[in-house]
Amino acid sequence: MGLHDNGPAERGGPGTDEELAALALKILVAGGFGVGKTTLVGAVSEIRPLRTEELLSEAGERVDDTGGVERKTTTTVAMDFGRITIRSGLSLYLFGTPGQDRFWFLWDELALGALGAVVLADTRRLEDCFPAVDYFEHRRIPFVVAVNCFTDARRYGTTDVARALDLEQGTPVVLCDARDKDSGKEVLIRLVEYAGRVHTARLLDAVGSQADPV
Amino acid sequence: MNGQWYDAEAGPLVRPYAMTGGRTKPGPHGVRFDLIALVVVDPAAGGTGEEALLGPEHRALLGRCRDETQSVAELAADADLPVGVVRVLLGDLLEAGHVKVSRPVPPARLPEMRILREVIEGLRAL
Repeated sequence: MGLHDNGPAERGGPGTDEELAALALKILVAGGFGVGKTTLVGAVSEIRPLRTEELLSEAGERVDDTGGVERKTTTTVAMDFGRITIRSGLSLYLFGTPGQDRFWFLWDELALGALGAVVLADTRRLEDCFPAVDYFEHRRIPFVVAVNCFTDARRYGTTDVARALDLEQGTPVVLCDARDKDSGKEVLIRLVEYAGRVHTARLLDAVGSQADPV
Repeated sequence: MNGQWYDAEAGPLVRPYAMTGGRTKPGPHGVRFDLIALVVVDPAAGGTGEEALLGPEHRALLGRCRDETQSVAELAADADLPVGVVRVLLGDLLEAGHVKVSRPVPPARLPEMRILREVIEGLRAL
């Protein structure tokens, strides 16, 4: 990738800065601790997931509760992220949100301008994704729920999960394997499609409400 | 996990905000760079003579941007610096005219449908 590959982007028209014609989009990956956020980011990213840290004054005090979740010894206190280059000048960045409540302030920053979010869920600890679902519903950020199908977890249908999470009508639920690239791709495609639908619906609403008073 | 930290685990020898002279916020312009804001080297910027006035961290960031357009998040991860520090350093570079920074997509707005379709097709083709 690189802006230089764009050539002289005349299509930007007057007033736009041709150097900055590149577009980066942001997708958040949220969910409880140990649900596979970093795994999903890693499965679809073309770069090894990078980790960036905000400096926190009170880091490292609390210990995560990993009851019922095996094989996870490190705590994600930082943001993992990956990148997918769609074409020169258009890339998708995926951010794994910090899985603990005390990092809400980082979510706000991440959510700003995000295209949408994936809420990863583990049916053995479904309640772990409640905060993420609440968060995105309240901020009207389009999201899909992706159920990471752990091998030893009981399988549930997508409608069961939607009902258990009390999702707003239309919020997609997808079953996935966070380790699998194709599965992860499918989740992202569903999200972008859904984000597009939500966006169109809002535009129509806006047009409708402007026309109403007449 | 015995509570002992060695080498990289022990953290940097220089406290991160020492590189910014203790500043935690970017300069007077007060731009808060989004994590996916893209940073490009300004081709109109002064030559290497001017760059010599910069600190080593500034120059390292500039070098990374020169190799490839980078997002703020990538710069921070590559440089192994906290995002807050990188933001201050980038603020310096922006003010001195060494780099340009893309504006992120405005909140609550999505890119055009054309772009979204392109993204979906791009994902399918992966």
